Amino acid sequence: MTAFLLSLPFVAVLALIFIGLGAMLFKRNLIKILMGLSLFESAVNLLLVAIGYRQDGVAPIFTHVPPHTHMVLPTVQALTLTAIVIGVATLAMMLSFAMIIYRKYGTVDIRNIRKLNG
Amino acid sequence: MNLLWLLSSGSGTWNPLLWLLAFIVALAAAWFIRSFGRKDFREGLQQEPFISGNEEPADGGGHIPASNLYWGFLESLSGYYSRLIPLHTGILTDYVAWFLGVMAVMLVIALIV
Amino acid sequence: MATLLQHLPALLVAVPLFAAFTLPLVGRTGAPARTAWVFLGALLTAATGLLLAWQVFAHGPLLYVFGAAAPHVPTPMDSGGIPIRIIFQIDALGALMVVIASLSSLAIILYSLASDSRHSGKDSFYSLLFLLVAGVLGMVSTGDLFNFFVFLEISSLSGAALVAYRVDKGQAVEAGLKYALLSTVGALAFLVAVGLLFAQYNALNIAVVASRLQFTPLDQIALVLLAIPLAMKCGAVPMHFWTPDAYSTAPSSITAFLVVSSQASLYGLFRILFSLYGHLLEFSWLTFGWFLIILGVLSMFIGVTMAIPQKDVKRLMAYHAVSQTGYMLLGVGVGLAVLGNAEALTAYGRTAMAGGLFHILNHAMYKGLLFLTAGAIFFRTGTRNLNKLGGLGHHMPWTMVFFMIGALAIAGIPPFNGFASKFLIYESVFRFSPFLSIIAMLVSILTLASFVKVFHAMFMGAARTEFAQVREVPIPMIAGMAILAAVVIVTGLMPRPFIDHMILPAVNALVDRADYIAAILGGH
Repeated sequence: MTAFLLSLPFVAVLALIFIGLGAMLFKRNLIKILMGLSLFESAVNLLLVAIGYRQDGVAPIFTHVPPHTHMVLPTVQALTLTAIVIGVATLAMMLSFAMIIYRKYGTVDIRNIRKLNG
Repeated sequence: MNLLWLLSSGSGTWNPLLWLLAFIVALAAAWFIRSFGRKDFREGLQQEPFISGNEEPADGGGHIPASNLYWGFLESLSGYYSRLIPLHTGILTDYVAWFLGVMAVMLVIALIV
Repeated sequence: MATLLQHLPALLVAVPLFAAFTLPLVGRTGAPARTAWVFLGALLTAATGLLLAWQVFAHGPLLYVFGAAAPHVPTPMDSGGIPIRIIFQIDALGALMVVIASLSSLAIILYSLASDSRHSGKDSFYSLLFLLVAGVLGMVSTGDLFNFFVFLEISSLSGAALVAYRVDKGQAVEAGLKYALLSTVGALAFLVAVGLLFAQYNALNIAVVASRLQFTPLDQIALVLLAIPLAMKCGAVPMHFWTPDAYSTAPSSITAFLVVSSQASLYGLFRILFSLYGHLLEFSWLTFGWFLIILGVLSMFIGVTMAIPQKDVKRLMAYHAVSQTGYMLLGVGVGLAVLGNAEALTAYGRTAMAGGLFHILNHAMYKGLLFLTAGAIFFRTGTRNLNKLGGLGHHMPWTMVFFMIGALAIAGIPPFNGFASKFLIYESVFRFSPFLSIIAMLVSILTLASFVKVFHAMFMGAARTEFAQVREVPIPMIAGMAILAAVVIVTGLMPRPFIDHMILPAVNALVDRADYIAAILGGH
């Protein structure tokens, strides 16, 4: 049962990755493509956090450690925080690109945003 | 001195110094041949380009634009180009699809081999 | 002074980051102060990079542990023999890339001081430019997988923002969006792989992961997730589609540095394949060696054939950038394919890799120079369309000379530097497979053909009245181009010292994986 519960996050990660990639591949609306990217990002963050889970471990806050417990080195949590910050910056920039493109081209349909080709 | 210049690939060598020497010799030969030219040439005289007796087209009219260069090359390879250029659609989802496609193929190869 | 030298690796990213974040403040005090600040930042960054590279080439690889009391000790006493901090590990290969980035950044910043002087929004423009430089310098000096991801994202984000910076009726933004989205998807795939490796080996340091690698199925998945995004970022066919879009619409100074940024990804790809995964079975060497070779041949051939019909001069040059990357992939790929065969490795494998790595240096210089000349033409005439240009040799003699140097170098005409590296690649690849070598030569001929077309279209012909007002570009732009042209000529005329003191140590740094690991973990 525990093994099943512990593997659930990874199932969710896979599902989210494929939903995100699917949105990026098959949606035509630029905003929806960016939503797919955002899903992919969240999936990766979830993967990192799920990797860092240790059963019966406690957070490494030295003043609140109960006796006979193990603290967890919070490397992946730190990675996730960094990845979230980078993700926010990326997404904000791309949404502003989408805004400018809509203003200049009058469309967010990706099939019409192809002045650069050939 | 030679060590500074000589480049060896294990099966051949290349010496930029020799090439420079050859270049200088060629320049000297060109200058020598040129010195046999007519001495009575004057600047400004006999300088009009001769295009079968026609006037020289003004303002770059005689300049062959870039698109007309290699017309024959592109025409003879039109079968190749008519397939290749449409691949560069400019559509973002196609770019992502190519990227993920290559990744999927390599995943299969890496896991099988 | 000794303290300064000790902290050089930290300064390498700290200087451009400091310049980037102080620039908006300094910019408020007026344009002259900003120009001086930008120039000073560029000079200091380049000086730090060159000094650091000199240290590495003279005294061997450098380590720098961030936040440690003793920055040269990778494993603290109380950590159980494991490095726990972020470590910069700069060996000869990293130093080679640092040299490229330093020279190129100095030239393009000088150039952009004049070429972007007519535009608004210069504070954030130069901030982003310094961020891009910091990202590239960080990528090539870090010894930590996650840190590499962070610098990759810094360079992609600032690169995309700079591509889109001059909106250009939306076209530049379109290119920026494509670049940003592909980079982000690639970087996220990279991050998944970092997660997979961390889950198995509890480490992020490249050397530590490399020493523990078991080559489980998860590792194989991680390898693909690490290698393919980096191959995409360096513009290898068939994942090159973003390259012509981004390169053609970005301001020319930026394009010249995007080339360096692509090559930092190429550095990452080689680092992953050789230093991280280098002890695979021989069979996998062949597999991934041929993976690089096939990508290389496809890039060379499709890149150059797509360049020939182009009408936009920068788009044409961008396809050539794809094509030239193919040479590097081919050279290093041949080295990887024979990595398990000691005899072939000494006979031609190392030479092929030397050719590939030397081509990275040469390409960054002459392709940067070519993009800068295209930018100079655009600066004066306002068009990139080859059909509308002509007769500019009468007005812009310096630009024409620089263009000729760059074009002859990229076509591999002696005595310019492109020939020296292509010579090494042809001769060594011929002994691996004559067919590949012949393709490489054919591509060189096509490259020359297409640059003859560009030269004819832009500079030849009678002077035209519509370009009567065109003059030579300002001094800073000429100075920027002259720096790159000087490097092209010097490396072309005297390739031997560069090969002996920079390229061959870099090849050894790639091949001798044990040294890379021993630098962190000690012992052999």
